[in-house]
Amino acid sequence: MVLPARADLERRGLLVVPGFVDLHAHLREPGFEDSETIATGARAALRGGFTTVCAMPNTEPPIDSAGLVAELMAKGAAADAARVLPIACITRGRRGADLADLVELARAGAVAFSDDGSPVSDSRLFRSALEYAQVAGRVVIEHPQDVSLSGNGVMHEGAASAGLGLPGMPAAAEETAVARDLALARLTGARLHLTHLSTRTAIELVRQAKADGLAVTADVTPHHLALTDEWVSGSRRFAWEGSEEDARQGAAIPYDPNTKVNPPLRTRADVEACWAGLRDGTIDAIATDHAPHASIRKEVEYQDAAFGISGLETALPLMLAGVSAGRAPLETVLRALSEAPRRILGLADTGDWIAIDRDAEWTVDALELGSKGKNTPLLGRRLTGRVVIAVVNGKVRYDAGASAAFA
Amino acid sequence: MSILLTADDVRRAITRIAHEIVERERDFSQLAIVGVRARGDMLATRLRDALRATCGREVPLGLLDITLYRDDLTRIGYSPTVHRTDIPFPVDDRVVILVDDVLFTGRTVRAAMDALLDYGRPRAIRLAVLVDRGHRELPIRADFVGKNIATALGDDVRVRLVESDGRDEVELAQKVPA
Amino acid sequence: MTVATWARRHVLSTEDWSRDEIELVLENTSAMTEVLSRPVRRAPPLRGRTVVLFFAEASTRTRVSFELAAKALSADVVNISAAGSSVEKGETLLDTVRTLDALGGDVIVMRHSASGAPYFVAARTTAAVINAGDGWHAHPTQGLLDAYTLRAALGDLAGRRIVVVGDVLHSRVARSDIHTLVPLGASITLSGPPTLMPSAWRCGALPPGVTYEPDLDRALDGAAAVIALRLQRERAESGLLPSLREYARTWGLNEARVARMRPDAPVMHPGPMNEGIEIEASVAHGARSLIAAQVTNGVAVRMALLYLLAGHPS
Repeated sequence: MVLPARADLERRGLLVVPGFVDLHAHLREPGFEDSETIATGARAALRGGFTTVCAMPNTEPPIDSAGLVAELMAKGAAADAARVLPIACITRGRRGADLADLVELARAGAVAFSDDGSPVSDSRLFRSALEYAQVAGRVVIEHPQDVSLSGNGVMHEGAASAGLGLPGMPAAAEETAVARDLALARLTGARLHLTHLSTRTAIELVRQAKADGLAVTADVTPHHLALTDEWVSGSRRFAWEGSEEDARQGAAIPYDPNTKVNPPLRTRADVEACWAGLRDGTIDAIATDHAPHASIRKEVEYQDAAFGISGLETALPLMLAGVSAGRAPLETVLRALSEAPRRILGLADTGDWIAIDRDAEWTVDALELGSKGKNTPLLGRRLTGRVVIAVVNGKVRYDAGASAAFA
Repeated sequence: MSILLTADDVRRAITRIAHEIVERERDFSQLAIVGVRARGDMLATRLRDALRATCGREVPLGLLDITLYRDDLTRIGYSPTVHRTDIPFPVDDRVVILVDDVLFTGRTVRAAMDALLDYGRPRAIRLAVLVDRGHRELPIRADFVGKNIATALGDDVRVRLVESDGRDEVELAQKVPA
Repeated sequence: MTVATWARRHVLSTEDWSRDEIELVLENTSAMTEVLSRPVRRAPPLRGRTVVLFFAEASTRTRVSFELAAKALSADVVNISAAGSSVEKGETLLDTVRTLDALGGDVIVMRHSASGAPYFVAARTTAAVINAGDGWHAHPTQGLLDAYTLRAALGDLAGRRIVVVGDVLHSRVARSDIHTLVPLGASITLSGPPTLMPSAWRCGALPPGVTYEPDLDRALDGAAAVIALRLQRERAESGLLPSLREYARTWGLNEARVARMRPDAPVMHPGPMNEGIEIEASVAHGARSLIAAQVTNGVAVRMALLYLLAGHPS
């Protein structure tokens, strides 16, 4: 495939930018290949504009040994799509009981450590993890959740959950965990990255911590920047849209398990706080927390459905919609998708780039999604903006057919 | 559009039917009147009053809602509301006079008889109607008729009564040929 | 005469019902109570129709009530209960729906422990679905029969303040009562332990027409009626309540509390009752109690809905 000149693409009205880096995605291999494989996930990443994607280690077995790290990297290379970087477990087996061999894991190629899916609830152990990770030279990515407070909650605890009769996860469950995490970061002087923040109160704590000079960074997901807990009740309007949008979109059936995610979709005030955090730098990065699931895990009663939204391919149009609605400048969003994740993980700029057609309209169709995970509440929705070309390591690895225009 | 029955015609018809009932039914002690909603019950009430006035007879009165007994062909344009039926007397061994406004296909009367039979075993059922417009689809006939009218199938026979519509009249609206 | 319309395919929750829709069901319920008082307690509109009772969560009274309602309208009834069925053997809800749909019932009446399960089923079947209780979410037939019972006892509910006391957090009955009573003009005072009240409602974001008063004595002062909710014994073991005894003393309906209401104010309970916990036996069987009427009206309400969904051509 002939590499098109960037200038040509820009002349045609495309937006040419550095490739996005997703510092939080679940590629499900090994162990859950019915939901996604490294190959399908890496290809889906490219379609979403992510030329680098970091794979979380909550697989089966979890990535807690050098051998498993190496295997993951080999599969990523074989996929020949987006670059796949491994994140290794903080604790052995992800059991939250004792540390994994962090130094060895870093040497084998792990770019960060995380037990994501779960927090490291034992505070003494988490303190040790933060201290020890410093010598391994990698950042610890923590999933902040007080599991005793969130209990068996399946959505945000608020007015929507009260009406739907579903147990909720209160915002306090994220807030107390973030408070603990920040206190330990302060105590240890370690670098800490808090992933998928979703509440106004937690973001405020991070704001204060940064003002205090703590080496903490944070990311939010695209779905937490656009969707609210009302989507569980059947609303389909983005957080910044008015109620006419619901009339236009048509209400969806309530209890759609594709709205079930952890952290849960929150209130409009929380979404606004996420945008405010992005605008003022409290939130450094946008990461998808891409969580594909085979339909048997999702097409069940809400309380039994797996948590997670398949988000690699819808991240860009959601962010562009927010930009169009004035939530943040385009520059801020683009930086949050590429430069900030690189900085957080300490990655060199690879020179990968993508071309975006900001005006392309498309409908989210399960059959056309590259990911095996069709679990997105955006199914059937018309979105604007898509990636047309993705260049990795100097070669076009994804082409949506735009090259025909330049022949 | 033409008026088939004026207010006077309606009044006279009811009085005449009352007289015919007195003539034909020998055993008044077992008589009862049941009006079929809607409008049939209003006519039934008037008939009961007429019987009281002409011969001093008190005949028990009931009203029947046949919504739950209709068949598919009588359901067109139907309201989903089911109103209460009220049969405040035992039906067994009675001679029950069903009262309705218009006798047409006969399906409404069939439904009314099915409903009535769920209340007991009357000795006989008679039918009194204000208007018989022909076009029977079932073997049903009226015992007492206010007026026989020849109509085309597509015609619309509209009965209006003071109790529901402010005036008494029966109007024929002929179907406009295509 | 007003021309009512009925356009709903399913009865999953009365939350989005208009007042007219509620009134239509109550009107038809009245007609159905008359059918139930006849020598032959039967009418034919559902003849040839099959009503499937899919009770994945055990219940005797509601299931029997629906069964009587279906048979009173001449429907055939098929029972699928949790015990001994493929549900117990681990068949998924999806498989069960596919089987039900293939068997071809006209109406599926379902009770399930998962909030939202009826929506899942309704989206995957051509049958009409009636929710007989889903998790904590809704019990629309209970809400309707409670509205019917209260209206029959009190007349117009406009301006009447009705107390609903108990474990509101886990109560589909409480939610459905709010959905039917408020559109009919009543206001609702929720009462009960703060740990058993949705936090959003406790902190002021209540639905319209609803207030929260944790002190039951104060709540009952001048109330027009009270509905006591069943307290499940497990709540005391789950850290949400100190003890059943404390609950009974603080939020139990006893004679003294009931006397604080208006003199004609009735007492209701969706059943089954834990006598001695949320309600004293003397109150449950006393002069104010409408609990037996609730059961009777339940059959009539369910007949009204079955008729609208499967007996009325729409």
